[in-house]
Amino acid sequence: MTDQPETPKKALVILGCPEAPAQQALAFHVAHNLKKRGTEVLIAGNPSVLNLLKVSDPEKHYVTDTMVLEKCIAEVVEKKRDCDLCVVFAHNDAAIAYAATMRYILPERRLVVIVFGKDPEPLAEEINFPCEKIVDKAVHNPMQLRKKINEVFGWAA
Amino acid sequence: MGCIENLKYEMLLPLGASFKECREYAEKNFAEVWYVDPGYRLFDEYIIGLPPIALGIEDGTKIIFPYTKPCHGTYLLRVEDPDEVERVRKTARKKK
Repeated sequence: MTDQPETPKKALVILGCPEAPAQQALAFHVAHNLKKRGTEVLIAGNPSVLNLLKVSDPEKHYVTDTMVLEKCIAEVVEKKRDCDLCVVFAHNDAAIAYAATMRYILPERRLVVIVFGKDPEPLAEEINFPCEKIVDKAVHNPMQLRKKINEVFGWAA
Repeated sequence: MGCIENLKYEMLLPLGASFKECREYAEKNFAEVWYVDPGYRLFDEYIIGLPPIALGIEDGTKIIFPYTKPCHGTYLLRVEDPDEVERVRKTARKKK
């Protein structure tokens, strides 16, 4: 990892399937904390997960920019989009595949993978690529995972 | 599934297959296997996955490849396209 600023200028947050409610709350938490420190945040996910965010935050207090995941990945591969920090929320096998893809197409950037859900440990063990992992058994209650996220990013609770 | 959804495909492994299961299936069931990295372009889509991503070739005309969706996991699909087969043979790494 090289040239990583203390406060990232641009962050890319990749969301997985929205079936675990903790994800949405923590996505807002991460986006809010990055944004208030001056980071430009783009959230990418499938249309359902993006619509959940848009309906929950109609005036875009927390989430300003969103993009469909496939388009975002295409722009990164085609070097049209870059970031200093990439955060991937992962609670299933597919999301680990997305995290691996982000590692490969953003090899020099800080990558944080937040592994959660009912049984996060086996998923976390699938991660065999360089990244920072935050792992917690969170489905509905985001509080413990929020604490771990705050510790990794150096944010006050 | 974007462009891939519009292709005439067969699903070899169903919804919810893991990425690892798809790779193992391709490696075990096809004599001709090629490897690519995430972000490799196939049928105008960028392939997602843990590298190396295994692609099978069948009868010289069909490609077997994983296709990942956030909510469903990874599908293993088979699509007939001789031109794309030739492109894979020219640009991917062959299994030794």
